[in-house]
Amino acid sequence: MEDLLIQALNGLASASSLFLVASGLTVIFGVSRIVNFAHGSFYMLGAYLGWTLVTRLPEGLAGTPFGFWGGVLLAALITGLIGMVVEMLLLRRIYGSPELFQLLATFGVVLVVQDLALMAWGPQDLLGPRAPLLRGSTDLLGLRFPRYELFLICVGPVVLGLLWLLFHRTRWGRLVRAATQDREMVSALGIDQRRLFTGVFFLGSLLAGLGGALQLPRESVNLHMDLAIITEAFVVVVVGGLGSLGGAFLAALLIGELHAFGILILPKITLVLVFLVMAVVLVVRPHGLLGRASAPVRGAAAAPDPPVGPTPRPLVIAGFAALALLIVVPPFLRDYEVSILVDLAVFVLFAASLHFIMGPGGMASFGHAAYFGAGAYGAALLVKHLAAPMGIGLAAAPLAAGLLGLAFGWFCVRLSGVYAAMLTLAFAQIAWSVAFQWVEVTGGDNGILGVWPAAWANTKLVYFYLTLALCLGGTLLLRRVVRAPFGMALRAQRDSTLRAEAIGIDGFRIRWLAFALAAAMAGIAGGLFAYAKGSVFPTYLAISRSVDALLMVLLGGVQTLSGPILGAIGFAGMQEQLMRASDLWRLIMGGVIIALVLFFPQGLAGAVRRLWEGRRA
Amino acid sequence: MSVVLEVEGLAKSFGGVRAVQGVGFAVDAGEMLALIGPNGAGKSTCFNMLNGQLRPDAGRVRLLGRDITGMVPRRVWRLGVGRTFQITATFGSMTVRENVQMALLSHAGRLLHLWRPATDAFVAEADALLARVGMAEQADRVSAILAYGDLKRLELAIALANAPRLLLMDEPTAGMAPRERVALMELTAGIARESGIAVLFTEHDMDVVFAHADRIIVLDRGRLIAEGAPPAVRANPEVQAVYLGAGLVHG
Repeated sequence: MEDLLIQALNGLASASSLFLVASGLTVIFGVSRIVNFAHGSFYMLGAYLGWTLVTRLPEGLAGTPFGFWGGVLLAALITGLIGMVVEMLLLRRIYGSPELFQLLATFGVVLVVQDLALMAWGPQDLLGPRAPLLRGSTDLLGLRFPRYELFLICVGPVVLGLLWLLFHRTRWGRLVRAATQDREMVSALGIDQRRLFTGVFFLGSLLAGLGGALQLPRESVNLHMDLAIITEAFVVVVVGGLGSLGGAFLAALLIGELHAFGILILPKITLVLVFLVMAVVLVVRPHGLLGRASAPVRGAAAAPDPPVGPTPRPLVIAGFAALALLIVVPPFLRDYEVSILVDLAVFVLFAASLHFIMGPGGMASFGHAAYFGAGAYGAALLVKHLAAPMGIGLAAAPLAAGLLGLAFGWFCVRLSGVYAAMLTLAFAQIAWSVAFQWVEVTGGDNGILGVWPAAWANTKLVYFYLTLALCLGGTLLLRRVVRAPFGMALRAQRDSTLRAEAIGIDGFRIRWLAFALAAAMAGIAGGLFAYAKGSVFPTYLAISRSVDALLMVLLGGVQTLSGPILGAIGFAGMQEQLMRASDLWRLIMGGVIIALVLFFPQGLAGAVRRLWEGRRA
Repeated sequence: MSVVLEVEGLAKSFGGVRAVQGVGFAVDAGEMLALIGPNGAGKSTCFNMLNGQLRPDAGRVRLLGRDITGMVPRRVWRLGVGRTFQITATFGSMTVRENVQMALLSHAGRLLHLWRPATDAFVAEADALLARVGMAEQADRVSAILAYGDLKRLELAIALANAPRLLLMDEPTAGMAPRERVALMELTAGIARESGIAVLFTEHDMDVVFAHADRIIVLDRGRLIAEGAPPAVRANPEVQAVYLGAGLVHG
């Protein structure tokens, strides 16, 4: 009983912290429709800045209540200002871009901030001081409970109350609410949207910074805080309903308590539990607990996708030339270089499979790594438990991934936009948790070792040719399918759901099968990757891999069939080179991503295509 | 003449608003039936219940004697109902011909084929349909860049792709120039008579309605208030009241 009470209180305390971060995220989304990945970075910055301000105080202030609390508030304020600057310099330019591009840009900010924080504060975990006035614990119903946790429990409702007052009792707050409901109407009424947006970013980032700084007495400050919190904050915001403060509060309570009690009751599946709840909520209430379908943004509809014509001759020639090089050159390369080529081939198919559902399908997937991982684990599990030969392992890879795609896709393709992206993310996290926590079968964090190719393919060179054949085959098959009736039907339901239904196209079925086909192709890539590395790990299904795939597709350009190929080569090649050449690869990579979003919104292939068409025109 | 579409007792409410109440009518093969009424009369609601975009609260819709009430649009289409929209809906990333090919492929049940390029399928059939609506020269243009009148004609070609028994046209001439309107309606009427297709259309332009409809039904505030040949409807005092305002009738 006592345990339960303590856990309940712990849950409330984490719910409060979570709410601080999620409230900022949801307010920003409500107004700007930007899913702000960098929100977690602001949280981390708040914590680091707070640490510096609190620990590096001049003599007289150190350790005093004023020093600590002043430092926390100042850290939040500075974070708010940083958020404002990011909005003015970057996000303001891309409000008209597709959702995923905005996501990509904010992810670029995440990378940049990670390296800047590393430079400023170093790689080691930093321990913050305890909070003056709130040290020690207090008796509560006969239990000893840390005072700081009690304080945190109060912070959540207080902030909710203050935000409520701000949004309901001030002119500015009413404008924000109006813009959340109908942005275009607000601007038609003569309100300067830019100042409104900048203000909202200041507020949102300030809340994130406050959330981060308030963590100082609870846990160490480190460089992984950003992505750890942003995933949870996404879950909270999506479960609560995008743009809904009350929803975020409810969802934070739900998730906080779920964590607290999950550890007591089902420690094995805590990770799955949170995402399972999110999946259930999204399936039952597609707009979250308190969310409503947002008014469509009128007039801002993106230009229609360009038609898919026959492959231009020069491209065919370039393709054949590249293929010839890939066949002739590798025997003269070192093993290490050949293995890089293997990786590239794998990533090309992985990216092409994601592009298939994103481009022609018009669906957003934020969890494509699940199917890559399913292919890898599908093969590796057969090897580990049944000692299956490589042929069977490679055949099982697309099968396992395709079946998983059928299962997950059945839910995911019902939703659209950000909600669909988040549901795919939830399912991917569930898959990751299973790989991570079901140690008896998957080996958990240690993965599965000894997944080596068959004897005949056991040199780097032969394995490269095998990979090239399969990945090229898969990629070309997808290109073929895009032009076939099935791919046309896929594009048809993307272009106009209304018209598609009116000529007998079952949009759900088409999207569902396309999702499964893409999953199967990602599975082939995953299976080949497993045999190339000789092992599989839960990281194969991690968010960062899903993000990698997204980056490849968006880098290359969603609107062209060659996009994912160029994107995969460009991204993986750049990452590889940067990681070897510079400690600051994240900084450079983030900068490149931001530059691409700003200057090449159609991706690499789109830019090349425009150059080409411009020259011919 | 044989009855193609029969509607009886159709009703739909949105919250407390009774958009359509107890509407019933029938359309014969080869007949042009116009559904008119002032703004908010329930024309579009009525229309959307016929091909399954909205589920009626009450009433029956029968197509060639078969009950299709509440069937989803794609099944209604498979039973032979073509549809054009008030705001045109076409596939913007495809060429004009591909738009029609899509409907033909769907009609042939070949949507799940993965190998042969779709552009090679039913080329002659698609071009014949486009020629029928006067769009043959634009077959290779991307539909996203078409002029509005051309989009309406493309929609007609798509709607004809599965050899429908019934065409539902919601404001077929909205947004078109006067001369184009007459041309499109003459085209439609010709096709309807020639192929024995029943056509039900809503329309704001009374010139179009009285020139091309064989019969007219009038909706007001969700109820059917008049039905008959154009001259009779024109002379109906209730219809005049609805369109010209009560003031004229009373003095």
